[in-house]
Amino acid sequence: MLRPTNLIFAATSILVVFMIAVVVSKRAGQDGLAPVAEDIRSGTRQELRPAADTGSSKASTTSATTRTHPVIIRQPDGPPRVKLTGFDPQGRSGEVACSTCHSVRQPNLENKTPETLDEFHQGLVVNHGKLACYACHNPEDSDSLKLADGTKVAYQDVMTMCSQCHGPQATAFAHGAHGGMNGHWDLTRGPQMKNNCVDCHDPHSPAYPKMMVGFKPKDRFNAPRADHHDHEGAESHDDH
Amino acid sequence: MTTTETPQKPSLPIVENFTRRAAVKGAFATLGAGAFVAAISPLRQAARNSSAAEFMQTHYSELSPEQKADVIARLEAEAKEKYDADVTIADDRPIPGTKFVYAINLSVCNGNGKCVEACHKENNHDRDTNQSYIRVIEMPKGTMDMEKGSTTYTGAVPKDDKFYLPVQCQQCDEPPCVDVCPVKATWKEEDGIVVVDYNWCIGCRYCEAACPYHARRFNWKKPEVPAKEVNPDQSYLSNRIRPVGVVEKCTYCLHRTRRGKLPACLEACPTGARVFGNILDPKSNIRWILENKRVYILKEELGTKPAFFYYFD
Ligand code: SF4
Ligand code: SF4
Repeated sequence: MLRPTNLIFAATSILVVFMIAVVVSKRAGQDGLAPVAEDIRSGTRQELRPAADTGSSKASTTSATTRTHPVIIRQPDGPPRVKLTGFDPQGRSGEVACSTCHSVRQPNLENKTPETLDEFHQGLVVNHGKLACYACHNPEDSDSLKLADGTKVAYQDVMTMCSQCHGPQATAFAHGAHGGMNGHWDLTRGPQMKNNCVDCHDPHSPAYPKMMVGFKPKDRFNAPRADHHDHEGAESHDDH
Repeated sequence: MTTTETPQKPSLPIVENFTRRAAVKGAFATLGAGAFVAAISPLRQAARNSSAAEFMQTHYSELSPEQKADVIARLEAEAKEKYDADVTIADDRPIPGTKFVYAINLSVCNGNGKCVEACHKENNHDRDTNQSYIRVIEMPKGTMDMEKGSTTYTGAVPKDDKFYLPVQCQQCDEPPCVDVCPVKATWKEEDGIVVVDYNWCIGCRYCEAACPYHARRFNWKKPEVPAKEVNPDQSYLSNRIRPVGVVEKCTYCLHRTRRGKLPACLEACPTGARVFGNILDPKSNIRWILENKRVYILKEELGTKPAFFYYFD
């Protein structure tokens, strides 16, 4: 016999069970979130492989869902700002955006070197093949870059632009075989931070610069040290 | 940190009952006492500097967890006493399913030596001698014979007619250094890292002579490290400060890599020439390099089977 009290009891039980299920699934959802890593060097981040299965296949027998941390690629801050040398009537010095000047000037699409400019950018060292300035800079919007097909690209996404010519480097980069990195090899234990193209290569003159050798071990095979008579290799010289 | 126990594989049954006392006695019987004393004088010094507890310690592989804890506590106290540094010495064990492999892109390496310096700092090397586990060899173009290079180059790099070959322990799969150790103070672990128990090493330097890559270093003197420069993040089998009279070598920074981190020399490399990872993971960077680049190993003809690869782009 269906009685109203029975019905109410059944409905309440179903409701309680449902609520428990919702709470449990919410918790599980939180656990499944990729942890956000503290980026050590820059405020901006970009995830390359947000949930790549990089856990070792042998070790993953116990848990089917291995947490993975992101590979964070540093990004440039944004469009460059030009520092002004003078002061305005209020005594303020300032920075201006590229577009401050370039929105009111006619772009010269032919120009390739700073030498052929009559104003501004004259000290710039450019040694990047035979590219014209507007091969990479965007004549329509000087606060952005452009791809070969004219698509606008933000300065932050400069790697997209470099990669259209430097494909093998981009492929190697994607496999950790080009460019410096920090952090973890094992993404189940922590994130990895990688440089972007312009961290190491000046975009106008991209050849990697020469460096000076700093630190040198004093290898005992190289030269005997003048003060080197402690052949017992000891702190004390008492029974010498 | 994982603490899986290592099943000990007997490698070379030279001294079955491998106690240090037996080795020392055996050596006395073979050599004239005078010659022996001269040969092991660094060890004599070491023995004078080591405590009775240290001398009684058993082999690393035979220590129970409690004994290990005691040993580590003693070593931490010694670091405080001798170096005035508060250090933590962990017992990092291999991660199951991991075999570490290193690769260096020789087209990119410019010989600047930042890796050498990073290893020096990370591993608490002697400050006075600028000791490091890495040597960068300036090589004439056209050969991979490391004996033809020089380590004493200076100035601006890279030089036009040269390439640069960083050499450190290759963590050989057939390590001659392990075979020659008369007391089993050095052995290969499951993740491929060849380790040294500095408290078991008798300082005979056979391993140093056996290594074709000149990868082993002997502590001729007590390492000097100022208290504020000591890296306190240490492991028993890697960068804890080594005593005088023992041999040491690159451990692929196991106190970092067994915790999932990259080695110190890789992080320091400004050119991005270094690649490190787990060769058992088919998706790893290192596997991509082995599958897509022409890779070389050093002194292949010796059959040491290095876990260290070089490649050109
Ligand atoms: S490189 Fe030398 S020290 Fe390293 S495992 Fe091989 S033989 Fe041993
Ligand atoms: S992996 Fe670590 S111990 Fe080995 S050479 Fe690099 S910094 Fe030194």
